Amino acid sequence: MAKSQSKTAADASVEHKSRRDFIVVATYAMGAVGAGAFVWPLVDQMNPAADTLALASIEVDVSKIAEGQSITIKWRGKPIFIRHRTSSEIEEASVVSQDDLRDPEGDEVRAQKPEYLVVLGVCTHLGCVPLGQKVGEVRGEYGGWFCPCHGSHYDSSGRIRKGPAPLNLEVPPYSFLSDQVIRIG
Amino acid sequence: MKKLFLCLAALMMAGPALAAGGGDVVLKQKDWSFSGPFGSFDQAAMQRGLQAYVEVCSGCHSLDYVSFRNLADLGYNEAEIKVIAAQYEVEDGPNDDGDMFMRAALPADRFPAPYANQNAARAANNGAYPPDLSLIAKARANGPDYLYSLLTSYEEAPGDTEIPEGMYYNAAYSGHMIAMPQPLYGDDLTYADGAESSVEAISADLVAFLAWTAEPALEKRKRTGVAVVAFLLILSVMSFGAMRFIWADVKKSKV
Amino acid sequence: MSASKFSNPVVRWIDHRLPIFSFLEHEANEYPTPKNLNYFWNFGSLAGISLVIMIVTGITLAMSYTAHVDYAFESVERIMRDVNHGWLLRYIHMNGASFFFIVVFVHIFRGLYYGSYKAPRELLWMLGVVILLLMMATAFMGYVLPWGQMSFWGATVITNLFSAIPFVGESIVTWLWGGFSVDNPTLNRFFALHYLMPFLIVGVVILHLVALHRFGSNNPLGIDTRGPQDTLPFHPYYTIKDFFGLSVFLTFLAAAVFFFPNFLGHPDNYIPANPMQTPAHIVPEWYFLPFYAILRAVPDKLGGVLAMFGAIAILFVLPWLDRSPVRSARFRPMFKIFFWILVIDCIVLGYVGAKPAEGMYLLVGRVATVWYFIHFLAILPLLSVIETPRPLPQSISTPVFGGGGGLAGAAAAPKEKV
Repeated sequence: MAKSQSKTAADASVEHKSRRDFIVVATYAMGAVGAGAFVWPLVDQMNPAADTLALASIEVDVSKIAEGQSITIKWRGKPIFIRHRTSSEIEEASVVSQDDLRDPEGDEVRAQKPEYLVVLGVCTHLGCVPLGQKVGEVRGEYGGWFCPCHGSHYDSSGRIRKGPAPLNLEVPPYSFLSDQVIRIG
Repeated sequence: MKKLFLCLAALMMAGPALAAGGGDVVLKQKDWSFSGPFGSFDQAAMQRGLQAYVEVCSGCHSLDYVSFRNLADLGYNEAEIKVIAAQYEVEDGPNDDGDMFMRAALPADRFPAPYANQNAARAANNGAYPPDLSLIAKARANGPDYLYSLLTSYEEAPGDTEIPEGMYYNAAYSGHMIAMPQPLYGDDLTYADGAESSVEAISADLVAFLAWTAEPALEKRKRTGVAVVAFLLILSVMSFGAMRFIWADVKKSKV
Repeated sequence: MSASKFSNPVVRWIDHRLPIFSFLEHEANEYPTPKNLNYFWNFGSLAGISLVIMIVTGITLAMSYTAHVDYAFESVERIMRDVNHGWLLRYIHMNGASFFFIVVFVHIFRGLYYGSYKAPRELLWMLGVVILLLMMATAFMGYVLPWGQMSFWGATVITNLFSAIPFVGESIVTWLWGGFSVDNPTLNRFFALHYLMPFLIVGVVILHLVALHRFGSNNPLGIDTRGPQDTLPFHPYYTIKDFFGLSVFLTFLAAAVFFFPNFLGHPDNYIPANPMQTPAHIVPEWYFLPFYAILRAVPDKLGGVLAMFGAIAILFVLPWLDRSPVRSARFRPMFKIFFWILVIDCIVLGYVGAKPAEGMYLLVGRVATVWYFIHFLAILPLLSVIETPRPLPQSISTPVFGGGGGLAGAAAAPKEKV
């Protein structure tokens, strides 16, 4: 009690010094926070810009695709294959046993509506664009797509069946906005 | 030393104003919602301004740097923007035959221009080029006030002033002879919300819209600015205090 | 090698092989700095920080900018509208350039007032003038990049100046342009050089700092430090003072960037460049206005060019024009008056530079130009000879202890500010 009332000069200067240290440290700390806040826009400006993000998703009207026909769409700079499959192609895809697949995946998982298959047209081996979209193009031994670069064969569900590719053709995120319009991305 | 600062500050204040030309026009000044450090855009006014641009101005003036998706700033949702965009056609291609083709615009597209290029615009307008309006509010000194004044200052020329063919008298335009015919007469369009459609009202709405097209980031800029300047003021005060503490023992021995 | 002051073994290991820690300890931490520096000594560090801000924002802008006549203007608008925080980076870069020049001009006038250019700091001063020239070239080319009306026409006017050079002038201009007018080749090379030159500036700034540390800073009294009683270690005294100065500077910069971003600019630069249509008044950015006024003051084209460059060249030889052994204007009453006249003269030149070069403006510009050269070429050498300076204090510390003997009759001097 008595002690707190009678401070020595030494105590006062120590207290003074620690108050000074606090404000100095607090000032520099605040400066560091400000510097960090400044750094964030410098880093974030490299993230995709608004115009790039605007093209991050596209809408496709699939009603114009005849049965048996395939179209190629550009999405995020890459080709998307949309195939309006015939009933025999759908049948083929669904009866394949999972044990025969290098990358087991059921067709019902890959196609939200069996008539339309939507896959990324990029071979999972080294990135070439497989053939099979245009009329007359080679479709490979399994009736899907054939990659001419190193001989990967994909079936009518876009799954790898033969050749060096390790994975099935990637299914991009997509949803049906209506019966005839899908939104990719 | 303080004199130096005051002089420099005075020069800086005077500089840009000095650089502008034309001293024979008097600007009408208005209080804009986006003026001042806490300014913001009036969405209702901007929507009316968009309508005015589309119905009155877009026949001659392009809006090259505005994308339909930007209209979300005006308060439209995604579905409404798709509808607005779909009313326009933009060029795309080439298709598999190698031809360019027209298709309905998407939100990601920009407003298409009324003319293919500047020469076509001049040819259709007696050699005068109707400027793009995206940046017009920043491309003129005192932009918003100037644009408002221009739109509301079409008058009878005083006395027997000679008006050349194809020109019109405007009290707010430097030299008073402008190639743009009077665009607004009052009640030029009907606003969906039934708002006033006098020349002054439409002009004010257009300015509100064009101030946004020139700088969509204005609100974000000012809001961030308040936070940053406040932070820096606090930091300045704190560092001043820290400096005094550190210098206390040195200062004590000075006179 | 003297024993290391560092206790941390990793630090000692590195420092033994690359003495970066000892270097920083000596040059930034314990470095003796005069204890009587005023706030005008903050502007050197502010200039350094401004350079860093410009480089950092510039690099981010360069990631999104396209240096082609058909895309440049649009790419800048993309930065303003679509790139994350693009508007912020662009406005910081744009206003940062103006603030960089404000800071550097105050820094230069500080040097003029306190005689910081005098022996033994002549080379320090000359390196500073080199930095100023590089800054001006960098800023000039940078302003062309947005490819607005002022960008294009400012570039056209200033590059055309070089045709004034006899015999080789036209060839030089064609060489600068890469064509027969300012066009895509010009824009492209200006971008390359605009990106390069700030790093040249960094190099010269390093030399500038090396030269500074050779003899240490000047001080408001203009007399040499005699020992530790006259100095303080740079850290913590001047680190915190520079930090405070930086906070104040950034407050002003933030006010400009966030609330008046286009105040120092020109609206015409928001109009895409049109080689077929010249703006009513071609005006350079405000920091070039005094030089622009000098250029237009001389009726002869070559004469104007020589006068404009001469106005800067004269700064190089300033240490030999002003030979007074007294550094600081505090003790040079006549010099002080002429210093302030020079300041007013520069402001007048700046004002006139923004006006059309006719009538009263032209006359005033000519008088101000002539006076500028008279100041350096006639007044300063004259003052070196005829001026009687006030007596100097004995040392920096002596006035600190107030009054006392040994001040040789200048008892009022230490209490006087500026």
